[in-house]
Amino acid sequence: MARKLLLEHINVSGINTFDVYRSKGGYASVEKALKTMSPDDVVEEVKKSGLRGRGGAGFPTGMKWSFLAKPEGVARYLVCNADESEPGTFKDRYLMTHIPHLLIEGMIVSSFALGAKTSYIYVRGEMMPQIRILERAIAEAKNAGFLGKNILGTGYDLELYVQPGGGAYICGEETALLESLEGKRGNPRIKPPFPAIAGLYGCPTVVNNVESIAAVVPIINEGGEEYTKIGVGRSTGTKLISAGGNIKNPGVFEIELGLPVEEFLYSDEYCGGIANGKRLKAVVAGGSSVPILPANLFLKTINNEPRLMSYESLADGGFVSGTMMGSGGFIAFDEDQCIVRNTWNFTRFYHHESCGQCSPCREGTGWMEKVLHRLEHGHGKMSDMDLLVDVSKKIEGNTICPLGDAAAWPVASAIRHFRDEFEWHVTNASEAVSRNYGLAHYADPLPKKEETPA
Amino acid sequence: MKVTIDGIPVEVEPGTTILNAARQIGGDIVPPAMCYYSKLEGSGGKCRTCLVKVSKGSEKDPRPMPKLVASCRTTVMDGMEVQNITSPEVIEARKGIVEILLINHPLDCPICDQAGECDLQNLGFEHGAVKTRYEFDRRTFEKIDIGDKIQLHMTRCILCYRCVFTADQITDHRIHGILNRGDHSEISTYIKAAVDNDFSGNVIDVCPVGALTDKTFRFKNRVWFTKPVDAHRDCDHEKCNGKVTLWYKGEEVLRVTARKDKYGEVEEFICNTCRFDKKKTSDWVIEGPRKISHKSVISANHYEFKPLPVVKTNPQLMEKNKEQFERDTRL
Repeated sequence: MARKLLLEHINVSGINTFDVYRSKGGYASVEKALKTMSPDDVVEEVKKSGLRGRGGAGFPTGMKWSFLAKPEGVARYLVCNADESEPGTFKDRYLMTHIPHLLIEGMIVSSFALGAKTSYIYVRGEMMPQIRILERAIAEAKNAGFLGKNILGTGYDLELYVQPGGGAYICGEETALLESLEGKRGNPRIKPPFPAIAGLYGCPTVVNNVESIAAVVPIINEGGEEYTKIGVGRSTGTKLISAGGNIKNPGVFEIELGLPVEEFLYSDEYCGGIANGKRLKAVVAGGSSVPILPANLFLKTINNEPRLMSYESLADGGFVSGTMMGSGGFIAFDEDQCIVRNTWNFTRFYHHESCGQCSPCREGTGWMEKVLHRLEHGHGKMSDMDLLVDVSKKIEGNTICPLGDAAAWPVASAIRHFRDEFEWHVTNASEAVSRNYGLAHYADPLPKKEETPA
Repeated sequence: MKVTIDGIPVEVEPGTTILNAARQIGGDIVPPAMCYYSKLEGSGGKCRTCLVKVSKGSEKDPRPMPKLVASCRTTVMDGMEVQNITSPEVIEARKGIVEILLINHPLDCPICDQAGECDLQNLGFEHGAVKTRYEFDRRTFEKIDIGDKIQLHMTRCILCYRCVFTADQITDHRIHGILNRGDHSEISTYIKAAVDNDFSGNVIDVCPVGALTDKTFRFKNRVWFTKPVDAHRDCDHEKCNGKVTLWYKGEEVLRVTARKDKYGEVEEFICNTCRFDKKKTSDWVIEGPRKISHKSVISANHYEFKPLPVVKTNPQLMEKNKEQFERDTRL
């Protein structure tokens, strides 16, 4: 049984209330940090833990904190990014629904580390129940003296606010989130300046994902050294994975990083295998924007080594044969799923969610969606695949924010790995509207890598 | 600070953007800009046509930047090396951007008032492909009258946000902005309120395409048939200094605009009275013809020098003519 750090007490009834959470050892990290540590000690501890941002990019959290500018007389802010909108990802919502106090505890410790006197939790507008849960939890914590003026008699003041967003995917991008938080249209800002220099209201700001902030709690409780013992290589600690798609037990799982994907997918402790006795065709490993992989390349890397659930192993092979950890939105596709339809669906999402500020993303996502719609409905052409790859290349890297990349990668990777299926949609257009391509060779064992003579 | 653009070194002030450094050098190495406007604070970074490659970050940190950067919003570092037209990657990306900008742009240049002074037309001419690969219906919008002087033709808009910045910074209040998002976002006013402001007409000048047009000039003439003349008047508006360009057709002033520099940016913003209401020569003090870049279609048939004499003088013929003349007059 693997260690659980975040979801340890998830099954305790009433863990969403302050009293039960406190009786299970909650808010110990606040006491420890505020009473025995200096803010720099907390940052140092998080740095030591090697915690990487759980929102998608995987940037080391401790390093992000140490970049925060600290000019005299200027307020600093911590903003929690709870605008979880990546298709396939629902871990933050789960965490906020069931253990809201873990997030609040993490917010207090992190705000203390950064010297923020006011912190915000920006929650996606659709998550109204979670907003109410958080507000109740904040009120409870305030009553118990963990928020407000002079927390635990240490002289540290913190106000915590929950801000509902409007429900736009783009507001999960940190600068767009800050714009939205300021009450403006949620357009990403042009960087530099980075939020660590000029963020919310022009003040230095750190934006962190819900899970990253929650992970600060076990790091402070047990120490950064202890945290690095879990995981593999530079992927330390545990990660919440929201597994969905054609698996037997969909849900949120806390895994130790470095778990073999095969075990994650097939063991009963986690996904429990593919539902209805079918075979695995493809996997999106970290939310809709990471490259999709066929079953064979997902289970084994190109060098025929078993793939692990870690930042490095999933990215092994780069964009040619690898994918990314992303935000942990694990979607499995069985042999009956159509990759073309799925790619179209993802593109439709990005087309709808593009903010329309910079031209490649605004026009390119719509273009890709129209071409994929045509392919899916049997009006495609053989040249469409090259067109899609070309358009995705024109978008990738040329936009203000990563939404352009996120829209381009699934299309480029789907065509790279599933070109046969796309071509079949053109050559057998009438068949393609009534039947799926099936598994084909996508789960075949990879060819043995030829040993190069030394 | 020293910065090298396409191998040409230039000394610039700290805080200058790559685009402005390139403009100090001038010529072909200046990246095109559709949304950046030097007179408007915060503009730029959106159209991505000015992308350049930074092959050396700075003297201190010589690593190249991983992605192409928007030159209008990236400030130079000492010792930075930038590639614009010398980088195939940049040329390729720019071609892609132009194609992407044009996929939803109507090709109605033959009836568009902006034709001839349209940034997108020039950009498409210089960097675009001959043929489009886009085979779907283009996005269209209804035309909207915003006030009695300006018409918005949203179909042509490339969402550069220049007019939004203009309204924010030049006029005293802004009532138009971007509604919706993605490729269905549009410039509009709140429940189609009229844009009525002393400086609202400047949005026409800053619009790089024909999305915002002057209703007093619409369909009157093609810009290249009109003759630009610099003029000024003693404008009583405190923020307007009355320096304009009059566009003549024959004796008639067809339209009045602010004076634009070679990058199509106005030198000084003008008020609506000057722009819309003073259309008689007697209102103005004429300064002289406005010089327009010889590359622009507007300067077609405008000669700055005497045309070459078509009939060359033939000394022999003149000599014979003289003899003939003397013979004829002797009698």
